[in-house]
Amino acid sequence: MIIANNVTKKFGKLTALNNVSATCGKGQCTALIGPNGSGKTTLVKCMLGMVIPDNGFITFNDKNILHDWLYREHIGYMPQIGRYPENMSIGQLLNMMKDIRSKNGKCSLDEDLIKAFKLPDILQKRMRTLSGGTTQKVSASLAFLFNPDVLILDEPTAGLDPLASEILKEKIIAEKQKGKLVLITSHILSELDDLVTHVIYMQDGNLLFHKSIDRLREDTGEKKLSKAIASVMKKN
Amino acid sequence: MKKIIKYVIVDILRNKIVIAYTLLLLAISFGLFNLDDNTSKGLLSLMNIVLIIVPLICIIFSTIYIYNSAEFIELLVSQPLQRKHIWMSLFGGIAIALSLAFFIGVGIAVFIYSFTSAALILLGVGLLLTVIFVAIALLAAVYTRDKAKGIGISVLLWLYFSLIFDGLVLFILYQFQDYPLEKFIAAISCFNPVDLSRILILLKMDVSALMGYTGAIFKDFFGMRAGMITSFIVLLLWIWSPLWLSLRRFNRKDL
Repeated sequence: MIIANNVTKKFGKLTALNNVSATCGKGQCTALIGPNGSGKTTLVKCMLGMVIPDNGFITFNDKNILHDWLYREHIGYMPQIGRYPENMSIGQLLNMMKDIRSKNGKCSLDEDLIKAFKLPDILQKRMRTLSGGTTQKVSASLAFLFNPDVLILDEPTAGLDPLASEILKEKIIAEKQKGKLVLITSHILSELDDLVTHVIYMQDGNLLFHKSIDRLREDTGEKKLSKAIASVMKKN
Repeated sequence: MKKIIKYVIVDILRNKIVIAYTLLLLAISFGLFNLDDNTSKGLLSLMNIVLIIVPLICIIFSTIYIYNSAEFIELLVSQPLQRKHIWMSLFGGIAIALSLAFFIGVGIAVFIYSFTSAALILLGVGLLLTVIFVAIALLAAVYTRDKAKGIGISVLLWLYFSLIFDGLVLFILYQFQDYPLEKFIAAISCFNPVDLSRILILLKMDVSALMGYTGAIFKDFFGMRAGMITSFIVLLLWIWSPLWLSLRRFNRKDL
């Protein structure tokens, strides 16, 4: 579904992405792993068209995304740090997003997360007054709201309490089983164990490897993802 | 696109600055017309104030508004919307809100006290200036990431268009008074929308004594009708070019 071809992005002298190529298909759950500043978020933002690559291109369903925008209808994005108009209340924000994204009202909404996170009780709260965790809940709810084929989650569980992150995890597994593509970046490797099918490992803007989790386990001889990644990191 | 414009306008109306701006213009316009029995004198003073205040408020408010909408823009860019539409909606929303404020603030007094063609030109030019300075503000805001720097650039641009430009023109005229500079000066006034607006209004009012040197030359050079049409086209160019440049930058911007 999403194919990145030799994507390069430089911010001044810093090379954030260096010739990254990757292919993600339907029904996969891919984890983007790497140290801080390895270019994970930049790659994700390139896929969303928020950052425009200097070189290379990205296709979504075999169409170049550079001059396309409708493809984003199929993506639900949860940013690492959700930034929302501060004067809006949660209810207004949700209504605005529904208003902007619904076309002729034929969009099926998925409000499971809104209910699970008990957002209807605090609809009148302004975005500026929300805690980091509640903002994350709103971000997650928005990402899943429009039943997208692709979910891009940037550090989804950072800042969420254990209960909320368990709800979110179950939701991700449920969506994966519906055959959706899920892309997750995270540092909490123990959480990814029962989620992911593929792993992309990045370092200093380079994509070091992209393989299925079974291959990774075979290659490293470790059962746990965290140990497998640790042994990879040591080798480098 | 209409939906986004709607949200921008609702958001602008919710913060009270635009309403305060409307009231300020109302107070000034009613005050000036009541000060003097002669409405054309009132109109002249109104013009001088409009040419200073409208660009200042429009450029500062728009720049700050764009920076404060950073989150809103970021949110919209990750949605299935064209960047061009997002940017044009922001421009449209701000321009409509400020134009409306100007139209109410100055329009009411003009319709009551001095419903002449010169007054209508003043109204039209004010609306054009509003849109021009919104476009310039968008350009300043899209090129600088730093908020303080962006607002500083906006203030400097306003200072340049309102004061420095005229000073430079006078300086050049004084230094090179032995040479025939008329055509050159007429051409150079196209580089300042505020100057052009003043010429446009004064050409209509026919008060050459108050026109200033550039205006006198302009009238002499273009004649009445041709001069007005030319300056009107140049003013439209002043909307289009900053907007086009800012849109080009926004399309390639990393968020």
